Amino acid sequence: MAIETANAAAIALNRFGLGARPDEAPPADPHGWLVAQFDRYAPLPAAWSSQPTSVAIAQQAAEQRMQALHDPASTADTDSAANARRAVNQMLRREARDTYREAVDARIVSALDTPAPFVERLVHFWANHFAVSVDKGPVAGIAGSFEMEAIRPHVLGRFEDMLVAVEQHPAMQLFLDQTRSVGPDSLAAMRAAERSPGVKRGLNENLAREIMELHTLGVRTGYTQQDVTEFSRAMTGWSIATAQGRRPDAQPPGTFIFRANLHEPGARTILGRTYDEPGVDQALAVLSDLAAAPATANHLATKLARHFIADTPPQQSIDRLAAAYTRSKGDLRTVYRALIDEPQAWSPANAKFKTPWEWAVSALRGLGWRDLGGMHGAPLLTQLGQPVWRPGSPAGYDDIASSWAAPDALVRRVEVAQRLAARSNQAHDPRSLGTALFAGTLGTQTATAVSRAESTTTALALLIVSPDFQRR
Amino acid sequence: MLSRRRFMRFAAAGAGAILVSPHIAFASVETERRFVFVIQRGAADGLHIVVPYADPAYARLRGPIAVDVAGATKLDGTFALHPSLVHTAKLYEAKQALFVHAIASPYRDRSHFDGQNVLESGGSAPYQVKDGWLNRLTQLLPPSRDSAIAFAPTIPAALRGKAEVSSYAASTLPPAPDDLLMRVTQLYDQDAQLRPLWQQAMTARGLANDAGARQDPAGIGKLAGGFLAKPNGPRIAMIETGGWDTHSAQMPRLAAQLKALDTMIASLRENLGPVWNQTTVLVATEFGRTAAVNGTNGTDHGTGTVAMLFGGAVQGGRVIADWPGLGQADLYQARDLKPTASLDAFIAGAASEGLGLDPQRTHAQLFAEANAPKPMTGLVRA
Repeated sequence: MAIETANAAAIALNRFGLGARPDEAPPADPHGWLVAQFDRYAPLPAAWSSQPTSVAIAQQAAEQRMQALHDPASTADTDSAANARRAVNQMLRREARDTYREAVDARIVSALDTPAPFVERLVHFWANHFAVSVDKGPVAGIAGSFEMEAIRPHVLGRFEDMLVAVEQHPAMQLFLDQTRSVGPDSLAAMRAAERSPGVKRGLNENLAREIMELHTLGVRTGYTQQDVTEFSRAMTGWSIATAQGRRPDAQPPGTFIFRANLHEPGARTILGRTYDEPGVDQALAVLSDLAAAPATANHLATKLARHFIADTPPQQSIDRLAAAYTRSKGDLRTVYRALIDEPQAWSPANAKFKTPWEWAVSALRGLGWRDLGGMHGAPLLTQLGQPVWRPGSPAGYDDIASSWAAPDALVRRVEVAQRLAARSNQAHDPRSLGTALFAGTLGTQTATAVSRAESTTTALALLIVSPDFQRR
Repeated sequence: MLSRRRFMRFAAAGAGAILVSPHIAFASVETERRFVFVIQRGAADGLHIVVPYADPAYARLRGPIAVDVAGATKLDGTFALHPSLVHTAKLYEAKQALFVHAIASPYRDRSHFDGQNVLESGGSAPYQVKDGWLNRLTQLLPPSRDSAIAFAPTIPAALRGKAEVSSYAASTLPPAPDDLLMRVTQLYDQDAQLRPLWQQAMTARGLANDAGARQDPAGIGKLAGGFLAKPNGPRIAMIETGGWDTHSAQMPRLAAQLKALDTMIASLRENLGPVWNQTTVLVATEFGRTAAVNGTNGTDHGTGTVAMLFGGAVQGGRVIADWPGLGQADLYQARDLKPTASLDAFIAGAASEGLGLDPQRTHAQLFAEANAPKPMTGLVRA
């Protein structure tokens, strides 16, 4: 294989994909291999198909709560009722944690086994762009279903469709406090004021702000506090059905619903445009305009270029990606094609330092794993410093080396490498594995260190912590 | 098999002059002072922490989330301390704690990430300054020492920059064999990015032996105190805390948050022992929260807030505030506590006096871009 082709193959596998596998030959046509993945990608592959939907999770929780609280023993007196409530809450928290762990494992197995690693990487990219964090209790059980239901089906579609699916998903609604935001002049607020004059109900602008700042336009792009407040008024009424309370909703718990009585009446003015649509359509019209805004094109292009090219990507590359986004009205396949056609994305120098997630997935793939063999992914990623779906902030995890290339982080990788290498198939010759994972482009220093290691385990560990493997 | 101590020496020798052994690295100490920066990520609500109970608008604005001052420590005729801050109240009584209210960085918008960037970089606008003020502060100390350690798996922005720093967080993994560590040392030797990071890591591991810290507030205080109390240990540390973004359920969430902060400070003090008298701990957040409660028993992103200073030499027992008031006309943009004190001026004063440095020179080094007023002085005794 000529050196240019070998380089391009290694880049397609490791920079665009999730890392080479020893049992898959390097692509002869790297560009074509990436584009062909659009047809090979499965929104709901085997690993994910066994995971519960957010509605199923909410429904099961509601049933368990109902059963426990209507048990005659728990309704005998107020003490036993409080005890029963505590017990059921504790059980539900435990179950949410188990659901979270299983979803993390599904995400990893899907990344190990996928026929479309480039598209799978894009799923991870968008899930981090639209970050939710399981730090917030009610999100814990449904973070996996969020990725499965709001991200995976739309990764090859239009950005606006993904945006709407995300903002209507219970995980995002709960994470950013949308469900209880009340229009100050809505029917519900007026009735509440009549019932108990002292209790104030009103807006929560968290979701509206983060949609503008993080999900679409980007920070400092010209919107004002007034725009944020107006948008949060337009969003009132967007909520999630619940089975709790005196009057449970008719819809199954966990589904998106529009609560007309919480909606702030009247037209809204946002970024100079007036929105007089009725009900749920008002915020949908705003989202549609936000998705089409030039600032959004630039924001998304910058993040994609940062992910695939360099921490500080060249402006020309950003402009070309943004142009593809605008030209296609936010068609993501068109944007990805522009990315594949972007010469800077094929620069032979590996400018990106892998995040802990990227490193862990590429290491498991490189060592030939197709499942987790009884191991669990969630504690592994926590030890590496990047717990899955727990960035702690709605901005998601950073995508630059200075956030990840740190002394202690390197030690963690070496410790994990030792453990993974010890549990891996030792039938691979570490020297030929090094050749295979880099399509023949492995640096001589790493190749020498690997060949001189005193055991196969040490050789495999060295290979996956080598400078070559830390970057893509 | 090498012992860890011998390995450290081997690694030092193997890497040449750049990796010096911990003992020698920390020998050239010019100051006996310590400085700790605790960042509260997420915009901590100053009005909930140091409560302006005497302001007639407070109870009306806060309604269901107004702090009941019956259970709180009254600091003076205007302010009371949140009841979770038990040890903090004792420090205040001992004149080792002070608070500055209605304080803010130069940043006036309401994005966490931009606000934290301004707070940590020391610029006047987000991403204007590339390195962090704590790193620039480190450069004012003798350069031969590895003098800053971040208690987090990665380096926070305030500590990023030219001066080398090290990060440490307790690992639950079994340690890798020394043979592998040695080979990694050799493998990274030619890599300009990874070599210095790896050397820092090996040095920090040597220091952390037997620190036995757990990632709970008391454990973090113990770990930080243990490092800082060592005669040849680091002099500057940064501790990151999160969970302050209380858009809903603010009452229980801040009660727990403040209890954790209080525990951490108490444990830090205990583990510093006599060194507490030479230590200054500064606690700050990126901005405050709305003066009024929002629709979900929380508060949204705001502006002015509170900053805190602890330490044996702090001229404490007071709340510094040019109180702007909470009347509708007094609020910043009719919604937030109006800032009347500069966080940059407070940091410059506290850091310089805490470390025995010249306030003007420190101020120029830390906040050259921010056009802050002159440093606040008289905070820490010489």
